[in-house]
Amino acid sequence: MEEPNLSYIYSMSGGDKAFEEKLIGIIKSEFPEEKAEYYNNLKANNYKLVAGNVHKLKHKISILGLEKSYEIAIAFENNLLEGSTKLQDQFESILKTITNYLQKL
Amino acid sequence: MNCIIIDDEATARAIIGQLCSNENGLNVLEDFPNAMLAIKYLNQNEIDLIFLDIHMPDFTGFDFIETLKNPPKIVLTTSDPNFAIQAFEYDCIVDYLVKPITPQRFQKAIQKAEIKNHKPKLTADLGTEKVEVSSGNDLYVNIDRRLIKIDIPSIYLVEAKGDYINVKTEGKNYTVHSTLKKIADKLPDDLFLKVHRSYIINIDKIIDIEDNSVLIKKDVIPVSRSNRPELMKRLNLL
Repeated sequence: MEEPNLSYIYSMSGGDKAFEEKLIGIIKSEFPEEKAEYYNNLKANNYKLVAGNVHKLKHKISILGLEKSYEIAIAFENNLLEGSTKLQDQFESILKTITNYLQKL
Repeated sequence: MNCIIIDDEATARAIIGQLCSNENGLNVLEDFPNAMLAIKYLNQNEIDLIFLDIHMPDFTGFDFIETLKNPPKIVLTTSDPNFAIQAFEYDCIVDYLVKPITPQRFQKAIQKAEIKNHKPKLTADLGTEKVEVSSGNDLYVNIDRRLIKIDIPSIYLVEAKGDYINVKTEGKNYTVHSTLKKIADKLPDDLFLKVHRSYIINIDKIIDIEDNSVLIKKDVIPVSRSNRPELMKRLNLL
């Protein structure tokens, strides 16, 4: 499985370390909130809201350079909008990978 | 250009803010996690550009645009490329950025916004002498505290009359408390030309030209010597 990286963040920080730290801090605080909201809405079987959560999470997936995972997230979001949870396991595995990665940062 | 950012995701707001800080002449005045807060702000502040997320809970980016009477320029920012066609329906949208936004693509959007920035925008300042243009082909003139819309291509002549200008269109004439210079700034350069210190003409409406005058409808308009070369340059001469 592909590993998260900070290439995108570096590419746009222009070497601005303060910005890099700030952005990583925001992701570290926002990602768990979005993830929790995802699981809550999933528990309630509200797939439309879950799709919205996936939509937001996929931006972070792309920021962290997870290109293949991003495609999975897009497909999963579309599935949810059609009332299907196909790709759920793969998507949640991506969430775990990101969680582990952010803990190490 | 003064701008604001509207996005429900803090990460996105931070990224766009950073991209803006790398651009000269672009000032981020505020950022907002939802459109409602931005509407309140816009009621009291004039801005040039909005970076707007489409996908927000309760109130989408498009809902937000619909609430704006005279929207400034808008750059849409979204993770969803499927709204691009819908975006074309709005004159105020200058670009459509798909996240994650790269610095190169962002710069392109700013260039587009800067080009569009030369178009003046409507300000509803009733009670003062104003000639303002909205987006597209309409010009609004302030007459007796009413903003009256005039279709720009229908204007064939504008003449200065002391403190007033007379705007002549195919259907009606309007006398407005304003100056020739003010209205000249609002009219598209490719269609209108100042041929004399007191006259601006619509080049498409010329019937004929004789020595130092042009015939437009039934009006014979003098062409000053200094403006004649530019007029001749603009004509499709055989």
